[in-house]
Amino acid sequence: MITKAFGDSLGAIHDVGDGAIIMFGGFGLAGIPQNLIRALYEKGTKDLTVISNNPGSRLGDHEYGLAILFKAGRVKKYIGSYPTATRSFKELYDAGKVGLDLVPQGTLAERIRAKGAGIGGFYVKTGAGTLLARDKETRLINGEEYILEQPLGADFAFVKAYKGDLYGNLVYQYTGANFNPLMAMAADITIAEVEELVEPGILDPNTIHTPGIFVQRILKGERYDRWYE
Amino acid sequence: MIAGMNEQEMAQRAAAEIRDGSYVNLGIGMPTLVLDFVPAGKTVFFHTENGLLGMGGFAPKGAAHPDLVDAGKQPVTCIKGASFFPSDISFAMMRGGHIDLAIMGAYQVSAKGDLANWTAPGMLPSIGGAMDIAAGTKKIIIMMSHTTKDGKPKLVRELTYPVTGYRCVSMIITNLCVLDVSEKGLVLKELAAGVSVQDVIDNTGALLVIPEKF
Repeated sequence: MITKAFGDSLGAIHDVGDGAIIMFGGFGLAGIPQNLIRALYEKGTKDLTVISNNPGSRLGDHEYGLAILFKAGRVKKYIGSYPTATRSFKELYDAGKVGLDLVPQGTLAERIRAKGAGIGGFYVKTGAGTLLARDKETRLINGEEYILEQPLGADFAFVKAYKGDLYGNLVYQYTGANFNPLMAMAADITIAEVEELVEPGILDPNTIHTPGIFVQRILKGERYDRWYE
Repeated sequence: MIAGMNEQEMAQRAAAEIRDGSYVNLGIGMPTLVLDFVPAGKTVFFHTENGLLGMGGFAPKGAAHPDLVDAGKQPVTCIKGASFFPSDISFAMMRGGHIDLAIMGAYQVSAKGDLANWTAPGMLPSIGGAMDIAAGTKKIIIMMSHTTKDGKPKLVRELTYPVTGYRCVSMIITNLCVLDVSEKGLVLKELAAGVSVQDVIDNTGALLVIPEKF
């Protein structure tokens, strides 16, 4: 039987090398691939380009998620919408140690979706006439100004779902979907971690959010921190 | 220093603008207080950009789920009849003109209703969903302090901070007053208790239209 399953997170990311461009699903700490992030940290991979809505998340005095990669100096460039989510990013940015490509959140989602859907770019109103429209092609459509945005892909997408099967079909829960289904479509290799990994046929085909065609590797996450009281 | 309305009173005033059955996006920070003031008997679908229509309120201790949060990354609950969806669908709602009302904060608003709320000189910039809301929402209400902490006007003739969106703000609720944005500029609509017309004029960096009733 075909299976895309890997035994653990480190095994699933074995070929992620220095300089890789990686998309990470998640918004705040919801739906982040926390086991794959920890594995990447343990592996020591560096010079990464990270694409994610935020560069980790801060709760009280602690920072979680992607923040461990930034704090360890593994990231050379960040592409996302909300870098102020962590203090560590600001410190690195102010010190000139990390690059920033700021993208409005909806445009980020749609650029990723475009890449996954084979669309070569699109015109959007968001950001027209602002600093972010510098160097972008503009076009008047029905009398309103739009800017041309490019598709955005990556070498790898690390995504997290609630449940998945050995064929890579995924189901998300609550606000845990966010960027995950889009990123799953947009990378050369998509690695999904799930809380429950089941045999094909267990998940109801009517409820699949991400069909397995978009997922190359899947594993059951080792540990799920809950963060909140 | 004139006090005027406190944050709760501003939130209550903003909540009065919410129509029964409407889809409403609340910005992070002060606008989330509006959740507490939805008039009884009204059904309101609160949208949160990370993929939820029908946000309830902040999750009580012990009931927080790590995958159920709002745009401010706080654990929340959802109402009966809520729905979850990914980011592309969420932003289609915002950019595509489906959200009836957004209530958000601002660094500056111009007399034409131009909005600045994503970055300021010396700040690490962050956008989140602000530009998407500005681009597509039917109605935007700004809830903010009338002046900066050091007393400078946030209502200005022309923005000096980088713009989020042009001509997108309909109404402004500050601690001093409520204003409508019209073709003629900012129109004074209501004064907070203990605040005079002159107080508003003195703390505003743009010309105001003051109707007869004041």
